[in-house]
Amino acid sequence: MKLELRGITKRFGALVANDHIDLTVEPGEIHCLLGENGAGKSTLMNVLYGLYQADEGEILLDDEVQHFAGPGDAMTAGIGMVHQHFMLIPVFTVAENVMLGHEQTRAGGRLDLESARTRVREIADRFGFHVDPDAVVEDLPVGVQQRVEIIKALSRDAKVLVFDEPTAVLTPQETDELMGIMRQLKEGGAAIVFITHKLREVRAVADRITVVRRGAIVGEAEPTATDAQLASLMVGRPVELVVHKDAPRLAEGGLSVRNLQVTDARGAVLVDDVSFEVPSGEILVVAGVQGNGQTELAEALAGLQDRVTGSIRLDGTELVGRTVRQVLDAGVGYVPEDRNEDGLVGSFTVAENLVLDRTNGRPFVRAGALQLRARDAFAREKVEEYDIRTQGIGSPVGRLSGGNQQKVVVARELSRDLRLLVAAQPTRGVDVGSIEFIHKRVVETRDAGVPVIVVATELDEAVALADRILVMYRGRVVGIVPSDTPRDVLGLMMAGVAPTEGEAA
Amino acid sequence: MSEPQHPATDATSVAPGVVAPDAGGDDAGPPAVARDTRWNDAIARVVSGGWAVSLGAVVLAVLAGSVMIAFTDEGVQEASSYFFARPGDTLAAIGQAVGGAYSALFRGAVYNYTADSFVQGIRPLTQSLTYATPLIVAGLGLAIAFRSGLFNIGGQGQMLISAAAAGWVGFAFDLPVGLHVVVALVAGVAAGALWGALAGLLKATTGAHEVIVTIMLNYVAFYLLSYLLATPGLLQAPGSANPKTPPMAETALLPRLLGPSFRLHLGFLLALAAVFLAWWLLERSSLGFSLRAVGENPHAARVAGIDVSRSTVLAMLVSGALVGLAGSTQVLGLITTGFSYDIDAGIGFDAITVALLGSSNPVGVLFAGLLFGGFKAGGSVMQASEGIPIEIVLVVQSLIVLFIAAPPLVRAVFRLPQPGRRTPAKGRRLGAARRQEVQR
Repeated sequence: MKLELRGITKRFGALVANDHIDLTVEPGEIHCLLGENGAGKSTLMNVLYGLYQADEGEILLDDEVQHFAGPGDAMTAGIGMVHQHFMLIPVFTVAENVMLGHEQTRAGGRLDLESARTRVREIADRFGFHVDPDAVVEDLPVGVQQRVEIIKALSRDAKVLVFDEPTAVLTPQETDELMGIMRQLKEGGAAIVFITHKLREVRAVADRITVVRRGAIVGEAEPTATDAQLASLMVGRPVELVVHKDAPRLAEGGLSVRNLQVTDARGAVLVDDVSFEVPSGEILVVAGVQGNGQTELAEALAGLQDRVTGSIRLDGTELVGRTVRQVLDAGVGYVPEDRNEDGLVGSFTVAENLVLDRTNGRPFVRAGALQLRARDAFAREKVEEYDIRTQGIGSPVGRLSGGNQQKVVVARELSRDLRLLVAAQPTRGVDVGSIEFIHKRVVETRDAGVPVIVVATELDEAVALADRILVMYRGRVVGIVPSDTPRDVLGLMMAGVAPTEGEAA
Repeated sequence: MSEPQHPATDATSVAPGVVAPDAGGDDAGPPAVARDTRWNDAIARVVSGGWAVSLGAVVLAVLAGSVMIAFTDEGVQEASSYFFARPGDTLAAIGQAVGGAYSALFRGAVYNYTADSFVQGIRPLTQSLTYATPLIVAGLGLAIAFRSGLFNIGGQGQMLISAAAAGWVGFAFDLPVGLHVVVALVAGVAAGALWGALAGLLKATTGAHEVIVTIMLNYVAFYLLSYLLATPGLLQAPGSANPKTPPMAETALLPRLLGPSFRLHLGFLLALAAVFLAWWLLERSSLGFSLRAVGENPHAARVAGIDVSRSTVLAMLVSGALVGLAGSTQVLGLITTGFSYDIDAGIGFDAITVALLGSSNPVGVLFAGLLFGGFKAGGSVMQASEGIPIEIVLVVQSLIVLFIAAPPLVRAVFRLPQPGRRTPAKGRRLGAARRQEVQR
């Protein structure tokens, strides 16, 4: 089925989220919609899916004008959407989720689960998914949950499939598998819209690329375009994709981790006998496929894990067994992996978030009273210094874009007197322009003589930032290698295969 | 309202949506930072609706109250029997009924323009302020808990315990004028604070949900007080078989502000001071900042070095202390001739409404408390002079809560803008999914 959008315009008050957007997607084609966070990609897709009504313009399927009052209409017309955030009911089984909204019933209103199971198996077999129709969704890994979403769309005979930032939640391997699935679907004749801001993925699967910026289409590109070309189209100016840094100047002191072990409440070992050193002035990247203990390692360093044994010494001071407050006071800066959950209080203002971890004394608290003038002056300074795009320091931080939110977290953490920086996926869900900025800041911190640990799941980021790379697999250290280690070696290490040549620990 | 069943009915009327157990949250993380925050989201939405929504809710509730007054009025019923012959009669009757009711409410709550003198005319206002006093103070206490992410339903228990403590000091001690009332107040406030902190401690150490804990502590307080009142030598007045305390000593009474013929007492000024104190605590103090951070996002607060367990206990301590002040001013200022186990008079629960209507904001709570004090004072006049059941006022109060709990409804009616708040839910869902993956 051919999808055509003509002159779609969507306004929210004064904001034009989509400005006369034209887009054509042929059957058997993967069409990439590339743009930064907030460029209007998702709005456009919500218009297509009937969640928003366009102010102007029309949607055509096989040259027929469509009117979608809601997602139900869009689904009936053959449009399927795989959302970034899964629309699944965690406690239902796969078959139940797939049939949800289209339940077939037998006499007396009994659910016909059997036919749903058959449908799931049929589609799963066709595409080689390994999905058990009776598995409960919440027990499935993220990648498989996404396949359930795909099956759900396909079970309603979707001919146009929209993938909205589908790789944001996936590991590199799952991403590769998803790419394979998308190619298969394309060969089956589906028209696919793939929304993303990751350049590598675009070039891997796209047949055509449309770049969106500030609600308008700013150009088309061939899949052969370079990353730099795509990035500058997206951002609207030339972007440095390479992090410029000099050789590390190592100094005395730093972080020393010995035999660190972290277990969860059930006794499962998440970080297993990990030892390493980070001298002052070095960036150590902790790499690995997500879920191999990196998150827990970073949390342990920040004092956030409760069941920790072993030793974490920072300039000779033991940090294991300290409260979070004591760890912060020891000079540890921590950029959490999930800024919405752990880094920011969404309803608090930018200024409040910038001093969130400064509740224990001067200069922002005196005799138990907040020092608003000092706080606001500090906030204005940081907003300026970090180029945080906000209407003012009194705006709720939840209204900022992802990149600007992350800058708030980074600004807060880097503005303390640091003796260690732990940054867990500091650029996750952040637009290209902000990535460049945050990387620069991390390198500057290193150059100021602070040991830096960066947790990275994307190899690009790992290689770009690292002086050395520590690879984790199932909670253990596979090896610590120089940053110029070939990608395939790193890839093997991430799968648990130790490097043959000597480690540089 | 003196029946022992009272706490049960009120508890259920407030709690139904609130107590649904959270099946998913029991297995992960330390209890103080329960990993499932859907609850906090829902509560946060209810307790922090904007002032426009509050105002809209009041207007809608008063309108709905008018409809009920019209329907139950005999004149209207009579006139409506020949509605199609002379519809004007029905409309006039409606106007008369509703107008009469609300003007009676005004006469009873603000200024009695039919009174002989200004002093008599202003009496209803002083009555309203007197009734508003405990509502404001207890409302502030609950508001602080709400802002800290804790749905304190334990106002009743905290009031009862504090009344018992303040009352006991009030009648059993023999202290000089001035000092006596201070000691009694301190005892009451401390008792309320401890009763609140007990709930906070249970939540912080065991992860028990504060709604359930505080409701259960209401029963404990209620029956504890019943026991104390029924046991000679404890709170029961000597030589009496009734479950009632002796009257307070003269030295323990809060002075009346406008002379002996008006019941308005010093407690009202304490309430105003408490408004300022609560505002300062929430908006200007480091403790309040931490409490609000925990209330809005306990995970981020923990990462920022804030001790969530400690905040939970402190929030409930402060909350209980303020509710305790409400209980103390009642026995030392208003009901000074001895009290029974109905001393809370539903204020512990009405204060929830007051806190919600005031958007859990101290200044808002002040106005909400004044409004409800006015309802209480005016309602009885409405009943006496117009024969309108006082229950109408209770229905209006309940409707206010109902409308506040459904801000989209109020916004739709008054075409108010939706506050542009991005939901942080996506991060959470992602986080949950990832955690599941780690566990395998």
